[in-house]
Amino acid sequence: MNTVDPANIVDSIKPLVAVLISLAAIGAILLSGRRANLREGWTFLAGAAKLAVVASMVPLVLQGKVLDCTLFSLSPGLAVKFRVDALGLLFALVASSLWIATSAFSIGYMRGLKEHGQTRYFSFFALALSATIGVAFSANLLTLYLFYEILSLATYPLVTHHQDKKARSSGRKYLTYILGTSIAFVLPAMLVCYSFTGTLDFTGGGFLAEAGASKTTMTVLLLMLVFGFAKAGIMPFHAWLPAAMVAPTPVSALLHAVAVVKVGAFSILRVITGVFGTGYLESLDLGTVVCWIAAFTVLTSSLIALSQDELKRRLAFSTIGQLSYIVMGAALLSPRGVTGGMVHVAMHAFGKITLFFCAGAIFVATGKKYISEMVGIGWRMPLTLFAFFIGSLSVIGLPPCGGFISKWYLVLGTLDANQLPMLFVLLGSSLLNAAYFMPIVYRAFFCTPEASQFEKKVDEAPLFCLVPLLVTAAISIVLCFYPQPFMDLARLAVAGLH
Amino acid sequence: MSQLPILIVVVPLFAALAISFAGLVNRKLCLPLAVVAMAVSLAASAGTLGRVLEEGVIRYRLGGWPPPFGIEYVIDHLNAMVLVLVSFVGLAAAVYSKRSIEEEMPDKIPQFYTLFVLLVTGLLGITITGDAFNLYVLLEIAALTSYALIAAGKGRAQLSSFNYLIMGTIGACFYLLGVGHLYILTGSLNMPDLHQLLTGMYATYAVQVAFVLILVGLWVKMAFFPVHGWLPNAYTHAPSATSCLMAPLMTKVSVYVMVRIMFSVFSPEFTFETFILHDAIVWLAVVAIVAGSLLALAQKDFKKMLTYLIVAEVGYMVGGVWLANRDGITGAVLHILNDAMMTFCLFMVAGIVVYKTGGHRIENMRGLFRKMPFTMAAFTVGALSMIGVPPTCGFFSKWYLILGAIDAGQWGYMAALIFSSLVNAVIFFRIIEVAFFSASGEEHTPEPRDEAPLTMLVPLGVVAVLLIVLGIAAGEIVETVIRFTVPAGIGG
Repeated sequence: MNTVDPANIVDSIKPLVAVLISLAAIGAILLSGRRANLREGWTFLAGAAKLAVVASMVPLVLQGKVLDCTLFSLSPGLAVKFRVDALGLLFALVASSLWIATSAFSIGYMRGLKEHGQTRYFSFFALALSATIGVAFSANLLTLYLFYEILSLATYPLVTHHQDKKARSSGRKYLTYILGTSIAFVLPAMLVCYSFTGTLDFTGGGFLAEAGASKTTMTVLLLMLVFGFAKAGIMPFHAWLPAAMVAPTPVSALLHAVAVVKVGAFSILRVITGVFGTGYLESLDLGTVVCWIAAFTVLTSSLIALSQDELKRRLAFSTIGQLSYIVMGAALLSPRGVTGGMVHVAMHAFGKITLFFCAGAIFVATGKKYISEMVGIGWRMPLTLFAFFIGSLSVIGLPPCGGFISKWYLVLGTLDANQLPMLFVLLGSSLLNAAYFMPIVYRAFFCTPEASQFEKKVDEAPLFCLVPLLVTAAISIVLCFYPQPFMDLARLAVAGLH
Repeated sequence: MSQLPILIVVVPLFAALAISFAGLVNRKLCLPLAVVAMAVSLAASAGTLGRVLEEGVIRYRLGGWPPPFGIEYVIDHLNAMVLVLVSFVGLAAAVYSKRSIEEEMPDKIPQFYTLFVLLVTGLLGITITGDAFNLYVLLEIAALTSYALIAAGKGRAQLSSFNYLIMGTIGACFYLLGVGHLYILTGSLNMPDLHQLLTGMYATYAVQVAFVLILVGLWVKMAFFPVHGWLPNAYTHAPSATSCLMAPLMTKVSVYVMVRIMFSVFSPEFTFETFILHDAIVWLAVVAIVAGSLLALAQKDFKKMLTYLIVAEVGYMVGGVWLANRDGITGAVLHILNDAMMTFCLFMVAGIVVYKTGGHRIENMRGLFRKMPFTMAAFTVGALSMIGVPPTCGFFSKWYLILGAIDAGQWGYMAALIFSSLVNAVIFFRIIEVAFFSASGEEHTPEPRDEAPLTMLVPLGVVAVLLIVLGIAAGEIVETVIRFTVPAGIGG
């Protein structure tokens, strides 16, 4: 982003405000802990304000401006700093809009199940959102690392919300993977980058190109950064994600379909586009390496998903695969591939969160967690299962859902980049996606009355659960026809690369 | 204003005397006296730091005697910073000690505060003096008072204190022997004077032997692995308030003295060029870090685990200084400040755990997140700083240290730092698990709130906030203070 014309840099505290809003909400949430309606009121207020602030930056960014906000500097040339560009804004828009939907869903879910510690839950949720927006707006690797770590820690109490043995061991796994990889891989890699170049600021062409180090060093650095951001769930550092499914479902929905995992994928997008630069990676011929790593994850996770009977676990493995689409898109290094990867951040988020909401709604309404127990459930909860169908279509990548758009671009990207094997991986994965989602929908609606495990009487989850999932499903469809906000931002982001 | 430097030391010195007399009249007077003395010291230190920032190095002649005959205080950026640190920790620990001393040794309040203030006097004196022999005297004052303070603890405290006494005395002997060598060689004890006189004599074996003797003496004092043996037991069995004061300060002040001797008595040319062992010392630091971390990992006692972490952190600082480049020394000096604060924070938590539960095993911390949310919030901040999670200060010193390691090509040292961060993550999240998950593992029995008293909570809260403030201000601190502590001629 050194390549940004200084005339287009606007100093603004808006990015800081966007990060701080949910942080400030924590105080209010804690203080009104005993009055649940007021407490959730704060969450909604903060959510709406956050979305408004983030959305208000869209017009400026679409005009080609970037918004700068320096927090504090560490040494000359290195500061903890926000810079809102197209890619960051795209992600922030996704995260902040889905926070509102998830908050509504959380109310239905947490109250429906009479969960304990709801004040703590909503507080850490707000903290996690602050960190997510912080990652989205980071101007350099240091800032990104800072918010990445805060996010890891803020989500620990959410993952282990139930505070039982299972939560304990899952929480341990979660931290071991997430914190272990970031300290062991990202931190040293970042410092080596800094000592090579004296800067960590993301630029359109990457800042490592000037380092002039050998290809071996660059390969090692790239692998350390790609695997180090383990929130992206690239195999073999994916096992935390299925384990984290012990969390309450809204947590899985927002954090493990949108915020946390997308922060991982987003970080890798930044590494590929802003740290190394697509041009430099192409000259080193390293894109293919990452493509193959991603391809392996895509296929393997889809195969594993096929065999999962627990709905949330199946969704988790599906997420692992979809995240690698994003990574693969970026690693294709062709403009349309990178665009596809970026747009997929948004498209997959809306589709997958719908699916998680459905899983949560089913659990609240019937207490069922396993797919084998959901035969005939379509007649009991028709709206939920219809939304599930829409979400599945989006994740598989079929029209009329948003996922189709991003997959279309990814496919075009493989052709542009002349990576035919990747084309087959994408198509094969789509078939596998269909194979693990469609039977759920099919058996929910089409079964003999004897086989049905539910009475033919409509009994949906509480409205607070039902409405959010219908809304996100509807948005998934709308995005197929009007992908503009995300598409325009992604195009703009790609146009700035070289 | 010009008399500020002497106030830093003299006020607590006389306060110590006053406290012991006041104790005969009314023992309730002891704590306020100590707090006032510490506050005056802190104010004077802060004023001195301000003057140093404006005017540069301050030289203060005691009684107006010119050096090298009289004793001289030499205050530059490095020790001005350490002075503020020591007096701040002294003040906060004095406030903090109120309830814990009333609980742990109600019959020895005057004795405790007399020794407490004397110990701080000793540490301040070590820091401020520009005279190598005066430094030895104050080193002994600090050591003797700390033997007594530790021995006041329960259980094996007396044995631990005796152990420390033996080791500490050996260390002091080494130091004195080294200073003796220098005196014979140059006829001077004043540090700036020594610096000049020694310049031409670096190749002499006697000088090198003197250097090694001083170095080894200081290593014993700072518990540099493998001469760390006295520290874990001494700090574990000491009364809570004592360990709160000593754990953050004793080792850090010794590291300061090492830096002072290396650069102000000797010079970078000597320590990093003539003296051939400097690479080997980085490797010793690597061993210290790894061993300290692993030993900490093996502990089931919270306080003892913290003491082994100190051993590891000493490795950070020694290694950083001996990296012999700008980033490494910056990181090490910054870590003196940061490590003191985070150790202080965690030992205060340990003191609260002792106060509330009667023990300091990790088991004692079960369910504490519910019972003491504020204490545990501070604990979490301290833990994150130890792990090195931004924006806590621990991250930023590690940042400089690792940069220094990369610059010097000391990959072993860098790996050790990363390793220690990972081990710290395991150690602290193990405790967080114990404190977060309920005892039965399945049920959520709400235990009543039972927070620590305010006199303990306020200093703890202040330090926890400081851990983040120091992190955010790290760049600023390096620019305004630490930049000047790196001797000229150090590259990188």
